[in-house]
Amino acid sequence: MANSRRISQIILAAVIILFAVSWIIKYFALQNEGVDTWFSIRDAFFITFAAFLTLAIMSFLYKDNPYYKFAEHLFVGVSAAYWMCVGFWSTFVGNFIPKVSHTLARFFEVPPKDIEITYFIPLILGIMLLLRLSSKIGWVSRWSLAFIVGTTAGLNLIRYLRTDFISQVSNTFIPLLVDWGGVGPFFSSFSLSASGQFVMSLANWMIFIGVFSGLIYFFFSKEHKGFFGGASKVGIWVLMITFGASFGYTVMGRVSLLVGRLTFLFQDWLGLIS
Amino acid sequence: MKLKLLIFLCLLLFLIIPPSWGQEDATMENPADTLSIPPPAPVTNLRANDVDNDHGHAIEVRWTKSVDDGAGLNNVFGYVVYRALSPEGPFEERGRVPIGEEYYNDVGSKEKESIAYMPDYTNYFYKIRTLTSDSTIFRDTGVLGPVYSYGQWFNKARIPVLIFVAGFLIVTLFFISKAKSGADLFVRQLAGIEAVDEAIGRATEMGKPILYVLGLGTASEIATIASFTILGRVAKKVAEYQTGLIVPCYDPIVMTVAQETVKASYMDAGRPDSYNDDMVYFVTQSQFAYVAAVNGTMLRELPATNIYMGKFFAESLILAETGALAGSIQIAGTDEIAQIPFFVVACDYTLIGEELYAASAYLGREPILLGSLKAQDYAKAAVIFIAIIGFITVNFGWTGFTQLFEVPNSFFSQLFGGPS
Repeated sequence: MANSRRISQIILAAVIILFAVSWIIKYFALQNEGVDTWFSIRDAFFITFAAFLTLAIMSFLYKDNPYYKFAEHLFVGVSAAYWMCVGFWSTFVGNFIPKVSHTLARFFEVPPKDIEITYFIPLILGIMLLLRLSSKIGWVSRWSLAFIVGTTAGLNLIRYLRTDFISQVSNTFIPLLVDWGGVGPFFSSFSLSASGQFVMSLANWMIFIGVFSGLIYFFFSKEHKGFFGGASKVGIWVLMITFGASFGYTVMGRVSLLVGRLTFLFQDWLGLIS
Repeated sequence: MKLKLLIFLCLLLFLIIPPSWGQEDATMENPADTLSIPPPAPVTNLRANDVDNDHGHAIEVRWTKSVDDGAGLNNVFGYVVYRALSPEGPFEERGRVPIGEEYYNDVGSKEKESIAYMPDYTNYFYKIRTLTSDSTIFRDTGVLGPVYSYGQWFNKARIPVLIFVAGFLIVTLFFISKAKSGADLFVRQLAGIEAVDEAIGRATEMGKPILYVLGLGTASEIATIASFTILGRVAKKVAEYQTGLIVPCYDPIVMTVAQETVKASYMDAGRPDSYNDDMVYFVTQSQFAYVAAVNGTMLRELPATNIYMGKFFAESLILAETGALAGSIQIAGTDEIAQIPFFVVACDYTLIGEELYAASAYLGREPILLGSLKAQDYAKAAVIFIAIIGFITVNFGWTGFTQLFEVPNSFFSQLFGGPS
């Protein structure tokens, strides 16, 4: 126990010394680039601190440790405060106050707009929501919640029905034999190009089979047996192949995020990459 | 000799002529400059009316193209649409239209602060200018107006949507009433749902808590609403077994609803005193800060079971991999197509897309949920049937049936012009 504490203290001291040295080296590097003294100190600190936080978060790959905990708590605290400030200044002050009170708009130094009485309704609903903090009249907040959930669900019904249902149905009305002019022309103009008759017809067949088998897979009112079960199996194969392709594509994007972070460490912090 | 002197004098004269004279001569000698473009014929049959099936702030201007557009003098370069608030002007240019076109959608903004603000019920006057390649040669029509824009209460182009909504509503109400009357509505087994009870039992045996993540959606997202129902079911079981429950939330409203749900479940289980508001807590509304906090919780609290139900984005793999590292049994469900592969790879059970919505009905067995699930299945059957008819009609070249399902987005049709 005493040994592990000692080791932790040594590691902490080493980390502090290393990053202090890094800060000083970065300061001189910025000075050599002609940056002003005060800005050199400030920028060197921020870059070094950002590098420390990056490595602290990445240390999670080894195991949970105090450095990760520090970075995590700092991240959570700063982000919660940041989004609260953004929400207050952009939504409340930027959008709400100019339309309900010119006096308040002048106080917050935002241009006043025409007063809109309807904006008092979300004000009342918001106050009702905050009453949740009271144990006696906290039940009032349920009305606001019901309004939020019910209204957006109702509005989304029409939106999703149009975009995710009717438009999708419309897009499955495709010819199975594209530009069909008979067997002779089909073979005489046969090609494997993406815009060719064969490939486009094959693609339409794939869409036809994929849509139907996928819909059958998501049918919950019938046991998946016999022909239904077979079609459902085809559906899950189509889904899994799609997911596999999506997985590979997305992983490439995630690797690019890692490359960005490593570029920061090796270029901005250590200066090893020009 | 005299001839030579004459030639010499001519050459001398040429040398002392100023350069501009040469240019003037060249200009004067250009045969093209001797022709001037005649003005084209104006457009005819100019008419303007409010754009139908929209929220207002848009006027449709139509005309019959000039006889010199692609024929006759064939000197039309394009058209310019002008608008004014009075017949006398001043007219401002609203847009340019290429040759061959015979309409223009004059779309404005509904925001008073916007530069493009176009109020409804305001009289506007239009005229069309027919251009040639020479900007000084054109022909204007007479002034048309007044015409004003206004919004419609009913969007006739979305009648197919209304028919579907009405039909779906009738079927849903039928099955809800059937479920309420006690009929046994069959729902096939879903592996992920069956595993929830097993996972809760495992957590109880190990004496470890259950971590339930509602995702990054808001309280109005369909996936989050489905997740609330599953949370209620899980919380009731957790209350009965006296297991711990941890629900970190990304959205404050979601946290509020989740607290209500868990509290009600504890009361249903007869254990209201066991409920603690700290079980369901707000973390932060920053995506990766939230993930960092949940990851830390996973490795410190070491939950036996992790349940991810709701809307997830790039953090899905981070959550699932950390949970796997902690040795938890993991059950996930989301309707985000891009994130399902990550859950499939890293979790023990995954509910794909609509299975998440079915899970809430399957677990809760409430008549309303079961009835709507059955109605959805019948809607899918209707889609298959309609798609088959659509396939047949398209392959035989009959477009009447397919046109019924072309529901335009009136916003985009306004923005990019064309018949609405």
